[in-house]
Amino acid sequence: MTVPAAGAAATAASDATASGTAARGLDLREVTLVHGDGDTAVTALDQVTLRVAPGEFVAVVGPSGSGKSSLLAVAGGLQRPTSGTVTVAGAELTSLTDKQRTEARRRHIGFVFQQSNLLNSLTVREQLLLPLHIDGRLDAAARARADELIEAVGLAHRAGSRPHQLSGGERQRAGLARALMASPAVLLVDEPTSALDRARSAEAVRLIAAQTRAHGTATVMVTHDTAIMDDADRVCEMVDGRLS
Amino acid sequence: MPWSDAPVTSCSVEIPVFLALRDLRFARGRFALMGAVVALIAVLGVLLSGLASGLADAGVSGLRSLPVTHMAFDAKATSEQFSRSTVEAEDWESWSAAAGVERAEPFGNTLVNAQVTAGAEKGEQVNLAVFGMTPHSAMAPAPTEGRSFAEGGGGIVITREIADLGVRIGDVLTADRSEVRLEVVGLLDEPVSYGHIGVVYADLETWRHLHYGLPGELPEAAARQATAVALTLAPGADVSAVERATGTRADTREATFDASPGYAAESSTMALIKGFLYAISALVIGAFFTVWTVQRKAEIALLKALGAPTRYILRDALAQVVVVLVTATAAGTAVGLALGSAMIGKAPFSLSASAVATSAALLVGLGAAGAAVAVRRITAVDPLTALGATR
Repeated sequence: MTVPAAGAAATAASDATASGTAARGLDLREVTLVHGDGDTAVTALDQVTLRVAPGEFVAVVGPSGSGKSSLLAVAGGLQRPTSGTVTVAGAELTSLTDKQRTEARRRHIGFVFQQSNLLNSLTVREQLLLPLHIDGRLDAAARARADELIEAVGLAHRAGSRPHQLSGGERQRAGLARALMASPAVLLVDEPTSALDRARSAEAVRLIAAQTRAHGTATVMVTHDTAIMDDADRVCEMVDGRLS
Repeated sequence: MPWSDAPVTSCSVEIPVFLALRDLRFARGRFALMGAVVALIAVLGVLLSGLASGLADAGVSGLRSLPVTHMAFDAKATSEQFSRSTVEAEDWESWSAAAGVERAEPFGNTLVNAQVTAGAEKGEQVNLAVFGMTPHSAMAPAPTEGRSFAEGGGGIVITREIADLGVRIGDVLTADRSEVRLEVVGLLDEPVSYGHIGVVYADLETWRHLHYGLPGELPEAAARQATAVALTLAPGADVSAVERATGTRADTREATFDASPGYAAESSTMALIKGFLYAISALVIGAFFTVWTVQRKAEIALLKALGAPTRYILRDALAQVVVVLVTATAAGTAVGLALGSAMIGKAPFSLSASAVATSAALLVGLGAAGAAVAVRRITAVDPLTALGATR
């Protein structure tokens, strides 16, 4: 595996912007997701189109139930949309088999879950190594990258700690570092501030913005917290499954 | 396929289970409890195996030590043949002459009570399982001490269980009621018993006096009888003709074990207890890993969301099961062997490597099967739940 330097990622980002496409980023076209059928059908996503270029940080805000989670589920290949296409790093997610989608999640998509979602028995360092162990790529380069990312999110002194020894903010940062381990094309962040106070929320979002630029990921952050938008390149609003 | 372009390097130097061993260490309290249950079951497994083989030895080691392949009984005796069957001299002569029969000899079997009438333990009551045979028979053992019995004269060769009561060579035993006098001429220093009673070897004529309870001159009919014809048959020999002609039925030596008093009941009881033990352990292990897997549901969803194939998670979980079962079973078996060694001689107990290994393998195998059913629910976990509450 390669460890892309910040400069290379930035170059890739500007290339993509220069050619005017988001082929290396995230591209959702007219994505509709309907839960249930008949009278009980609920439209979670309604003709959503969203392009995020590499190195771009897009915030999606909206109230509970507006379809923000569905957007992440579909963009991250956790759920197949009812119609429309999702393209990640140039490959159409919606046309892949389940097995290929699992592989796509492993190699091209980084998730930062709500309240970070770490594994109880692993140290911070091991949380980062796990995705590459799953992919059969746990080598010296992976270990070096893990140490580098732990440093980048400011957890060097916590590398050997387990989740129950970490604060909410530290857990969030560990989750972010883990999401970046496989050098994903797309970074999807779910309510990063739900467990944090005001000051720590701002700090966490600033870190996500910085890492987006450093690694050239196409980042989508969903949140109901409208006070943390300053660091985003773009803010979209989600209401009743529609994106504006 | 766009995703297949990425190189798949398998230069991993890690052991294939990343999470399982760390979970074991992290949740060591819970796994130690489970391991202790498995270990205790393994201890019980070893003790039960030892008891089962000990009981089997006490029941049939005398029969097992006989160098024969079959025993022919009176065809009318269908159960407890050793006490119900009688064969005549014509029968073993016919068997001797039959094709495929390498050797056919009369064998007498009877249980008697006797008293030590001369010797250090004078007055002591002893139970004897008397095996009667001709002195030149292949079944007559070579004594460790003293000499073998001769034709007539009441000489007997005792075995260890009788010697343990203090009976020595040169002592005289007198059978109850018949007052037949038995002189100990030899000792076979091996644990040989039949129906939990120590075996003594005697000449057929002595056996007949004991069996019929008749001292002095035997009646003509009794002098030509034995319990069974001890046979050594060529492999695959067809003996149905001689069976029909003599009115006897040849059972394999192993089949005759069931004719030993109490043997069938003992072995079926032990088998039942062991069967229940293994079934219970499989269920307990299955229940533990069911609860464990349910508790891990959120982590499993997370692993799947991170792109872990179900196969990866299953392999990890099963490796954990195997580590727990093998470690606990090994520890329990070691404790069981230590306890068992202390029991040898104090109870009908004997340890055989194959029985202990079978018991351990069954525990691991059935436990793994129970756990496999439990961890199968990993396949049903939806990675979508990793995204948390739906909004």
